[in-house]
Amino acid sequence: MKLFKNINFEKLKNGLNKSRENLVNKISEKISGKANLDENELEKLEEILISSDIGVPLTEKLIDEIKKKIVIHKERNITLIRNLLFTEMLKIFKNISTENFTSINSKPFIYLIIGVNGSGKTTTIGKLAYNYKTIGNKVMVVAADTFRAAANEQLEVWAKRVDVPIFKNDAKDPSSVVYDSLEIAKNENYDVVLIDTAGRLHTKKDLMDELSKINSVIGKVIPHAPKETLLVLDATSGQNAIIQAQEFNKIVNIDGLVITKLDGSAKGGIVLQISSEKKIPIKFIGVGEHHTDLQNFEAEQFIKAMFD
Amino acid sequence: MLEDLQEKLQRALKRVTGQGRLTQSNISDTLREIRRVLLDADVNYKVAKQFIEDVKEKALGKEVITSVTPGQLITKIIYDELVKLLGNTGAELKLNPSGITTIMLIGLQGCGKTTFSAKLAKYLKDRKRNVLLVAADVYRPAAIQQLKILGSQINIPVFSIDDCKNPVEIASESLLYAKENGLNTVVIDTAGRLHVDEEMMNEAAAIKAKVKPTETLFVVDSMTGQDAVNSAKAFHEKVEFDGVVATKLDGDSRGGCVLSIKAVVDRPIKFTSLGEKLESIEKFYPDRLASRILGKGDVISLVEKAQSQIEEKEAEELEKKLMSNNFDFNDFLKQIKMIKKMGSLKSLIGMIPGINSAIKNADIDDKQLVKVESIIQSMTKGERQNPKILNGNRRKRIARGSGNSIQDVNRLIKQFEEMRRMMKMFSSKAGKTGMLNLKNFRYN
Ligand SMILES: Nc1nc2c(ncn2[C@@H]2O[C@H](COP(=O)(O)OP(=O)(O)O)[C@@H](O)[C@H]2O)c(=O)[nH]1
Ligand SMILES: [Mg+2]
Repeated sequence: MKLFKNINFEKLKNGLNKSRENLVNKISEKISGKANLDENELEKLEEILISSDIGVPLTEKLIDEIKKKIVIHKERNITLIRNLLFTEMLKIFKNISTENFTSINSKPFIYLIIGVNGSGKTTTIGKLAYNYKTIGNKVMVVAADTFRAAANEQLEVWAKRVDVPIFKNDAKDPSSVVYDSLEIAKNENYDVVLIDTAGRLHTKKDLMDELSKINSVIGKVIPHAPKETLLVLDATSGQNAIIQAQEFNKIVNIDGLVITKLDGSAKGGIVLQISSEKKIPIKFIGVGEHHTDLQNFEAEQFIKAMFD
Repeated sequence: MLEDLQEKLQRALKRVTGQGRLTQSNISDTLREIRRVLLDADVNYKVAKQFIEDVKEKALGKEVITSVTPGQLITKIIYDELVKLLGNTGAELKLNPSGITTIMLIGLQGCGKTTFSAKLAKYLKDRKRNVLLVAADVYRPAAIQQLKILGSQINIPVFSIDDCKNPVEIASESLLYAKENGLNTVVIDTAGRLHVDEEMMNEAAAIKAKVKPTETLFVVDSMTGQDAVNSAKAFHEKVEFDGVVATKLDGDSRGGCVLSIKAVVDRPIKFTSLGEKLESIEKFYPDRLASRILGKGDVISLVEKAQSQIEEKEAEELEKKLMSNNFDFNDFLKQIKMIKKMGSLKSLIGMIPGINSAIKNADIDDKQLVKVESIIQSMTKGERQNPKILNGNRRKRIARGSGNSIQDVNRLIKQFEEMRRMMKMFSSKAGKTGMLNLKNFRYN
């Protein structure tokens, strides 16, 4: 979606339509006398935001802000609007730390990777393992997806690929797998432990209970262990991701998000709503299926990508 | 639960008042609200806009009938149009009457193709087809292994070629294998791919060109957002598909992306996938998805159903009787029939906004109605008109005749009497609903 690309600013305040039904019309009604914008431009703006999965509530909020901010400016053009919007969007991520790959002072550092089915958890683990190993850490991956067919095998391929050990056993109960793996991690001085879990829809109570159990087992084996729980979200997700974040957060405290599949054409705008409401930082983004395709989240870049 | 249903029904029916003419102004609020509902449900921005515009145009040309409000009428029209757009009837899977039926599954990464392949294979096997699963995802680690495990769980052979990195070859070899082994149905699982990945899209096109599938199905995660139209369009341009499969509908996503895809790529939705169990595959029901997308807005479909099915006069009569204490078992029976006409209790409950999925999924027993019905039907005319004569012997006979226990019969009669007493007591205040309180014929 090219932001502002098709907007013709010469076409000023061209006869406001009589129908004042949508948000855009309402806005233009209010600012048409002050700003050189007509409803088409604002509608375009709305379209861009909503098409990026930013959602209606946040879109309304953003457009509202712009409406307010624009009043004090004499020179109202598209660049101004664009900048205002950019600043507003960036604000959402302000004061949300996205620190990563910091040196680990207490070990093992545990990552619990969670999310709905197919979001990219296992792949993200492979990529994280690669990155931590590359900076010199002793890394272990844990196959605690005891549900999906061949989940172990998938993680095993990743472990081989990035050359880290994998912990797995035949236990059906993922908590017991986690328990055993952490005992080893503790005794053998691992720096980083990456726990893969089964995909689960947040609507399935039994699976959410299972997750809660895994979480408490971690605390039992290694009390006060440095730990991050990362929710892996597919960038193509729509508004349901908000509920996902909410529901998972009720069960385990989410410390950060990983947004995967940003190499596609989806913008991942859903994270703006999550970040603005829940203040959950975005830790990493996935941009491909290769082990090097994991990046730190950069708010500016991320938002810029939405604009072009 | 049933009480709740009753309450909502009453409220909904009460709202069926007031008259009006559809004008720009009296539907604009509702349209704005519905537009928002659609966007919240992940219907694509452009699709939502176009859809609302189309509906509005139609609606403005229409006259308001009898007793609904303009807002309700437009909501009903929207619902109808949604169902129409989603395809009025569930489309069948195309099968090759002679020779091998080949079904190829395509889609983005993580949308649920592999699981769905196994489900579809099982579905077809259950329908007496000899099925072969084909593992043509040579990229994702252990994807082939995953399919093999799933295949063994459902006793369906899985074709794969070790160390072969060429899915075109695997797919075409699989057809030979099927022929040699007398298998008439081949389900090909392919790797997930991004529509912007040209090389991978070319590969998918090459597989299709080679095997010439009877059906190519595009699998989409129902949680997908606005971008669904872009991927679907790109897939369709490159690898023309015949139908769509919506997965992960066991979650609580509203599934607007499915509507968007239907709108931009006019292909029927053939299946839905609702869970990780290999049995959880269903045909697609447009009306269910329409209700799901409208979410809270679908009270009106309830109203509409109630309205069209209950003949007003009949209802009025019943109501009068109810209030005057002349209500007998014959009337009771009529009422049950009306409720049954409106669809199953479960589907009715599914349409009520604000009811969470746990309740929706709960087991609601339509059999209760059947039971009550059978008991009443075993009564003689006289008994129905004058329940007082129902003595012990008569009750025994009714129990035997209807195949129920005497306790069931006693309970029904007791509840019926209670209800009549209540109705008499409250008749001055009771709403003009013409409906019985459903809790009174609740059987356990
Ligand atoms: N293009 C792309 N594909 C990804 C990315 N992350 C994961 N995938 C793919 O998405 C699919 C599901 O990933 P997987 O890690 O198995 O998901 P899980 O079920 O959450 O463990 C696989 O085909 C992955 O290769 C990403 O950042 N970009
Ligand atoms: Mg996994």
